[in-house]
Amino acid sequence: MNEIVNLEKNVLEKNDLLAQNLRNSFAEAQVAVSNWVSSPGTGKTELLQAVLTRAIEQGISAAALVGDCATDNDAKRLAQSGAPVRQIVTEGMCHLEADMIAGHLSDWTETGWSLTTTDFLVIENVGNLVCPSGFDLGEGLRVALLSVTEGEDKPVKYPQIFHSADIIIVTKIDLAAAVEWDVDRAYEALRAVNPDAPIIETSARRGLGIDEVLAHLIAAAPATARQFIGQETP
Amino acid sequence: MHELSVAHALITSVQESLTDSHAPVREVHLTVGMLSGVVPEALTFAYEVAAADTALADSVLVIHRSPIVIFCPTCATTCALPDATAFFCVNCGTPSGDVRSGKELTITHLVLDDEPALAGERG
Repeated sequence: MNEIVNLEKNVLEKNDLLAQNLRNSFAEAQVAVSNWVSSPGTGKTELLQAVLTRAIEQGISAAALVGDCATDNDAKRLAQSGAPVRQIVTEGMCHLEADMIAGHLSDWTETGWSLTTTDFLVIENVGNLVCPSGFDLGEGLRVALLSVTEGEDKPVKYPQIFHSADIIIVTKIDLAAAVEWDVDRAYEALRAVNPDAPIIETSARRGLGIDEVLAHLIAAAPATARQFIGQETP
Repeated sequence: MHELSVAHALITSVQESLTDSHAPVREVHLTVGMLSGVVPEALTFAYEVAAADTALADSVLVIHRSPIVIFCPTCATTCALPDATAFFCVNCGTPSGDVRSGKELTITHLVLDDEPALAGERG
C-alpha cells in the first residue's frame, strides 16, 4: 500500500488570499476597482482613455494600472486623459496576478499617489481571453469586452472569461454595419455563457456609451465597499 | 500559457504540505473544474517542465475533471452542464449563471512512494 496524503488545497490559494487582502484595502479606501479583460485589439485602451478623460472632466478621481507584455505605450495613451496611470510590464507573462497589483500599488503609493483619494481604479489586464480568467486581482467588477470586428461566437469559444464578467462591453459599435455584425447571434452567444451581466454598446471614436460605462464604474464603489466591509465585520 | 504559473503554484503548494522526511511523491491528484480556465493537457506539459529539478521531478500529475454545476431557480435544484458553452438548466432550459461548482483547482491528495524506510508505519 502506498501512503495517501489528503490535502484538499486550492492551488491558487496564495493568489486568492492576496486578492482578498487587496479587496479589503480597496473597501477601506472606498475605491471601486475594475479588472478589464479582452483579446488584444478589442479596443480596451481606446475606450478607457475616453472613459478616464470623461471622468477627469467631471472632477472624478480616476486612476489606471495597465498590464502589457512589453512597452509602456498604453500607459502613455491613458495618461493623455489626465488621470494618474502606472504601467505593469509583465515581460511576456500572459496575465496579471494579485502580487503584481499589490507590488505596484505599494510602489505607486511611495511616489505620493493615494488610493484613498481615488474614486475608481481601473486595471487593464494583458490582452488575452484565456489566461486572466482564473486570477482574482481583488477587483469589485470584472469587465469583459467584445468588439464587433471579432466573431459573434467568441463568447462561447472563450466561455470562462465571458462567464466571469460582471459587465460586458461591446466595442467599435460604429463599425457594426460595415462588418455586417450579427447582433442577435452575438447577444445569443453572450447570454448563453452569461445570463445576467449588463451589456453596454460603445464606440470610443464616436463617444457612444462612455457615460454609461462611467456610471457603472462609479456606482460600483459604495456597494462594493459595503459588501466587503460587511464580510470583514459580520 | 498561464498553466505554467498554475504548475509553479501547484508544486510550491505540494512542497509546503510535506515534511522534509516524507517518502518520494508518486502521484499528485488534482481536480480541475470545467470553469477553471485550465487546459489539462497544457497543465500536464507545464507540470513536467516546472517539476524538473524539484523533489517532484519523478511524480505524475493525475487530473480529474469536474463539471460545472448550476442551480436552476425553476427546478429549485442543481444540475451538471455538459460543457461551459451554455448556462441553461439541462432539464428545463432556464438560463442560470448561479454556479455552485466547476471553478475549482484543488489538490485533493498525494500518493507517496512505497518506501522501505516507512514500512513499519503502515498498517
